[in-house]
Amino acid sequence: MRFFVRRFVFYVITFWAAMTINFFIPRIMPGDPVSALIAANQGKISPDAIDALKALFGLDENTTLWQQYVAYWTHLFHFDLGISFSGREPVVDILARSLPWTIGLVGIATIISFTIGTLAGVAIGWRRGTRADVLLPISTFFSTVPYFWLALVVIAFFAVRLKWFPASGSYDRSMVPNLSWEFVGSVLYYGTLPALTIIVTSVSGWILGMRNMMVTVSSDDYVTVAQAKGLSERSVMFGYAARNAILPQLSSFALSLGFIVGGTLVMETVFSYQGIGYQLLKATSAKDYPLMQGCFLVITLAVLFANVIADLAYGVLDPRTRQEG
Amino acid sequence: MSALPVERPHGAPAPQEPVLEIRNLSVDYGYDEPTHVLRQVSLTLHRGEVLGLAGESGCGKSTLAYAATRLLPPPGLITGGQVLFTDRDGTQRDVLALSDADLRASRWQDLAIVFQGAMNSLNPVHRIGRQIADAITAHRPGATKKEALEKAAELLDLVGINPDRARDFPHQLSGGMRQRVMIAMALALDPQVLIMDEPTTALDVVMQRQIVEQIADLRERLGFSVVFITHDVSLLIEIADRIAIMYAGEIVEDAAAQDVYRRPRHPYADGLLHSFPPLRGPRRELGGIPGSPPDMSRLPSGCPFRDRCAHAFDACAALQPELGPSAVAGDDPRRRVACHLHTPELVERAGFTPQPLPPSLSRT
Amino acid sequence: MAAELISTENAPVAGEATAPSGGKRRFLWMRNAKALTGLGILAFFVVIAVIGPWIAPYDPDERSSDLLKPPSWEHWMGTTHLGQDVMSQVILGTRSVLLIAFVAGFLATFVGIVVGITAGYVGGFGDEGLSALSNVFLVIPQLPLIIIIAGMLPSAGGLTVAVVIAITGWAWGARVLRAQTLSLRKRDFVEAARANGEKTWRLILAEILPNLTAMIAAGFVGTVSFAVLSQITLSFIGITPTDTWNWGTVLYWAQAQLALQRGAWWWYMFPGLCIALVGISLTLINFGIDEFVNPRLRSTGLNARLLRRRGIRPRIGFTPVVHEAKEDRA
Repeated sequence: MRFFVRRFVFYVITFWAAMTINFFIPRIMPGDPVSALIAANQGKISPDAIDALKALFGLDENTTLWQQYVAYWTHLFHFDLGISFSGREPVVDILARSLPWTIGLVGIATIISFTIGTLAGVAIGWRRGTRADVLLPISTFFSTVPYFWLALVVIAFFAVRLKWFPASGSYDRSMVPNLSWEFVGSVLYYGTLPALTIIVTSVSGWILGMRNMMVTVSSDDYVTVAQAKGLSERSVMFGYAARNAILPQLSSFALSLGFIVGGTLVMETVFSYQGIGYQLLKATSAKDYPLMQGCFLVITLAVLFANVIADLAYGVLDPRTRQEG
Repeated sequence: MSALPVERPHGAPAPQEPVLEIRNLSVDYGYDEPTHVLRQVSLTLHRGEVLGLAGESGCGKSTLAYAATRLLPPPGLITGGQVLFTDRDGTQRDVLALSDADLRASRWQDLAIVFQGAMNSLNPVHRIGRQIADAITAHRPGATKKEALEKAAELLDLVGINPDRARDFPHQLSGGMRQRVMIAMALALDPQVLIMDEPTTALDVVMQRQIVEQIADLRERLGFSVVFITHDVSLLIEIADRIAIMYAGEIVEDAAAQDVYRRPRHPYADGLLHSFPPLRGPRRELGGIPGSPPDMSRLPSGCPFRDRCAHAFDACAALQPELGPSAVAGDDPRRRVACHLHTPELVERAGFTPQPLPPSLSRT
Repeated sequence: MAAELISTENAPVAGEATAPSGGKRRFLWMRNAKALTGLGILAFFVVIAVIGPWIAPYDPDERSSDLLKPPSWEHWMGTTHLGQDVMSQVILGTRSVLLIAFVAGFLATFVGIVVGITAGYVGGFGDEGLSALSNVFLVIPQLPLIIIIAGMLPSAGGLTVAVVIAITGWAWGARVLRAQTLSLRKRDFVEAARANGEKTWRLILAEILPNLTAMIAAGFVGTVSFAVLSQITLSFIGITPTDTWNWGTVLYWAQAQLALQRGAWWWYMFPGLCIALVGISLTLINFGIDEFVNPRLRSTGLNARLLRRRGIRPRIGFTPVVHEAKEDRA
């Protein structure tokens, strides 16, 4: 129980810290971004927007830092994240539209990648010195390239040359989003290449990690005991070795989520896949600060949430966490 | 139990038929430039007896036990020998010659190992009841999970643990309880041979006593034979019928427990037994053995003990001693010693002058 | 990166993994083929980075009339849409990539060492506070944070990028070092030194730091890896100015000029391969360090080969039996 409480407190603190960082970043930037922005947009910004911008950057002379901070949190809890310049609509709306795409893509791809990687790692780690060992260097190669570069290659090959899959977009533009099979099919079709990119690049980390853990765990005494008892190979491999080896894997899974999300952001741009990453990068080029901040907030929240789930899973799988004191 | 060992009359007649015979077992460590950790070791366990296997750390006693059932981790390699197991009905099989599948099927039923009850011997993520029961379900396809768990509860009761604790996880148990769980686990399939690998080493003296008594009690009830591995010779003297002492991968003395204690025939055994003080009786000067155990990868020629032996002579460097009968008249004919002091004819035939047995090795 | 995370976390405490001491230890490290290959590749790129301006055949900005041509004898890596030589761009880009990556690596490792060792050594509230701090930075997604910071800066070139990367990436090393310091601190030799009245900073420098070298090295390599990817990503999105040449910038232009659709594969293949090679070299070095720290990993590859040569199939739980010993004794 204490384990869960501690982790919960930690996540609350992290959320607070992330939001505070989000608050301070625009305020510590050198120069006067507001004037630069106004000049760049040639007066297409309404006075309201200018005021909002000033408030965002803390250039509003009528309020103190503390008041701004309080106002920031108040807005946050009202889900008011400001108005986007480029989109001219509330940031929350843009985010609400884009978030499901990213979560769907990244979520599913990561789960598939973790599952494949872990199973492969178990198999390779258990029977060492087999032909399957060649998987290690191959997958390692794929893990060292940036996600977006692999995306480029994948598009060039599968979309442009072979024309098997579309090169961009999240679904067929001629369709209106609805819950029909046709639409879902289209989503899956457009999502295949991006998902493939994520899976190929991230799977090596899981394979390697699980393999190393299996190697370490295989020399633990309880595995020898299990063998001495004459249990079936399957029981020992899964019930004794893998079941224990997966615990550190879960921890590192949680930690690497931030990294995975980061890589997918840029990849979304390459595929013009309309998720959060796409919005963030568009906003960055357009210097659309409210949208940038909104995206960062949502991304951080999503990663935190995923961490919470991973921690819960760990707590369930490892009975030692329930030890009192 | 008094600290002064007495000659205990054994209730049962002297055990005769062997149940586990290790013949000329050789084990290497390392595949490239292997270290010969066991060199043609032979040992026999008779039905119903307690055989103590003693020696310093690194002498190979655990290696012997694990190699006998092919449980040695890499880079272990068995390079020769046989391990003959004789069933209750008289059939014999060589454990080392069994196929992997057959070996897996026979494990735990004929021969079970009681591992040291350290934290790491139990799977941290399974409940202990399940860990005892899975051995049962693996070997008895007819048994349901429920039946297996019931048997597990019975076994826990047998070793003195409240059966309700079957749903506990290993980290919730104390060291002594974990050791008992290991014993219960080993008894799950009613084996004929139990190999106990340092079961009391990690425990305090009080707990040691309890475990030892528990084992003695179980043996009376269930009738298995025991190989008891430990570095604590004094413990063996109390509980073992026979003691085999190992040094540098070889057995150097093999005799009844009281014989080893009162009348050792090998210089190493003699030194070992005079290295600990008796709790009562006259104060005695502590002996001890000069030097340290040899590096197994660089063994001296001839007898491995000669560098530390007070009675070594020229033959010791040239000839390797083999286990043979003792040279002292009136000794139990089943005694074995590996020392050139006991084989004057062999020494002479090889061209060396045999030496007489010193009085410390010829007590009666 | 996930792989590196796991292996350094689960390596046994430095003391348990007692590698042979002194000279023999260094020798062992040298014999590791993986680490050596990795170092070799990295060294190659470092050399290119240093002598880049002298060996580049063309000025990367120089335009020519060979627009969008595939690799040829004049242009080994082809040309861009403006006739610029891709290879020169790649060669000159090496310097900026490696320099920023190493600076970021040093900074992040330094902060990680300070925070990690302090947290592990001091214990109590100081430890709790510093741990909380590093955990926060660990969980917050790094690339988005870098993008936000860099995006809000008026200009994000060169060393500023290095600093930003270091700010987001120090936490991992700090955490690993804290764990190790914690266990080292309880060891006898540290307690003995403290009892002797040894000053804290001297203790840390002389007793604790030497035992942490492998971890620090692994952390440094990991951070450099991360830095390479991050800055290339930043250049690719166009956040860092496009006047300094950088592999990411090359890719930025390739993307902007629709190299994919035009079939100009050389434009993005070569920079990508360079990124991959640097990445692989760093990963290999890390593997080498892993195997050095965790001896259980070291023997697996070696053993497998030897066994196959002798025709023995290794199987966990079943010691192989070969009958090769001298004739049995009578």
